[in-house]
Amino acid sequence: MTNSAVVVNDLRVKRGGRDVLKGITCEIPRGTVTGLLGPSGCGKTTLMRSLVGVQIVEGGEITVLGRPAGHKDLRSRIGYATQNPAVYPDITVTEALTYFASVLRAPADDVARVINEVDLTSHADAIIGQLSGGQLSRANLAVALLGSPELLILDEPTVGLDPVLRDELWELFTGLAERGVTLLVSSHVMDEASRCAHLLLLREGELLAAHSPAELRENTGEADLERAFLRLIKDTVR
Amino acid sequence: MTVMNPAITLATTRRILTQLRHDHRTLALMIIMPSVLLTLLRYVFNDEQMFNRAAPALLAVFPFAIMFIVTSITTLRERTTATLERLMTMPLAKLDLLFGYAIAFGLIAIVQVAVATTVSVSWLGLSITGSVWLLGAIAVLDALLGAALGLFASAFARTEFQAVQFMPAFVMPQVLLCGLFSPREEMATVLDWISDVMPLSYAVDALTQVTHSTEVDGTLVKNLLIVAGCTLAALVLGAATLRRRTP
Repeated sequence: MTNSAVVVNDLRVKRGGRDVLKGITCEIPRGTVTGLLGPSGCGKTTLMRSLVGVQIVEGGEITVLGRPAGHKDLRSRIGYATQNPAVYPDITVTEALTYFASVLRAPADDVARVINEVDLTSHADAIIGQLSGGQLSRANLAVALLGSPELLILDEPTVGLDPVLRDELWELFTGLAERGVTLLVSSHVMDEASRCAHLLLLREGELLAAHSPAELRENTGEADLERAFLRLIKDTVR
Repeated sequence: MTVMNPAITLATTRRILTQLRHDHRTLALMIIMPSVLLTLLRYVFNDEQMFNRAAPALLAVFPFAIMFIVTSITTLRERTTATLERLMTMPLAKLDLLFGYAIAFGLIAIVQVAVATTVSVSWLGLSITGSVWLLGAIAVLDALLGAALGLFASAFARTEFQAVQFMPAFVMPQVLLCGLFSPREEMATVLDWISDVMPLSYAVDALTQVTHSTEVDGTLVKNLLIVAGCTLAALVLGAATLRRRTP
């Protein structure tokens, strides 16, 4: 029995004739926040889609919570937030969340709980299409939190948020991990990497490294994670 | 395949109706448009007999066309914004989504047809020999057929612009060949054959029969079964076009 929530073995994905993931092998430990980092276009979203089971894959194996990715038993155990908000713009925050909660068969009080967790209580009855960018991405995140999933896959959840709010969300993420939830959070902001227990560094469809932030600093001799990442790229190219 | 769950289907219906409730303009257009068009037609003919001949068919055609376009755009929007993908990661059966849509638009169709039938019978002088309730029921079935075909057609559109173009492609040939402009049996043989494979033809036949006679015979039942069968088939085919995994 593995202690990893996710085990990926030699995952290959082609999109539009291009190799987007070129044989990724990695594990995501349970009850931690794992950061998925890399420049835009490096395959972060494709990897996340593959884990959730909505991506047609070319080859390789993915085991998520002991089942093959995309297995129907997993559908109520994974929370997924896409990068582009996937919530209905023409209804209110509460109405949209109530719908998703009934699809997930989540308890009725879950809607108020997640709205509170993403700090949207003051906008609970606002039409989603009229929210600001930051509020919209929080509404999108709230859907993923419904039903208290064991695994959260969050694609750039903090993009466009002010520093205070970003800090609050990272508090929420680490709090969830302490309660045993596994999180995979993608970002292209390296300063967020320091808040993760583990890092997966992706570049051009290949996994550059899988380390903790401390290991990354040690291996590269750089104190700053952004510089450490750059160093890693230079060393690999050479 | 995930098994349908009535609670999820009805939650989907409720969500779609909530979306429409927030969109007053669309709702108003859907409910009053067929009546407005029928009124217009009544004064275009300016002749009660001619109106009586064309109106039953149009009671099928207008809700059919309006439902087709509204559903194809709404479902396409669900496909192009990532909400469909999100739903596909959740424990929702594809048929939950499609039947959720069908029930929601079916309920709207009931209101739409009730208004159009009331206006036609009480103000525009449409005389119906058969049962008004049966006439209403058939018109609702036609609206549902339009909704189901719209759901199915949305699978072949990538953009809302394309979806709008499907309206002339899917709907207009059926309108031209359904017997409204020229009786089906008097059309050229090939056209008659084509009209035989178009579900709207059977809907119009059924409505015309109810208008002119009180008899509920085998032909009427057969026509209604064909329309209902096509509606169900379009829904199931629509489900087949939804994919959990995409490239």
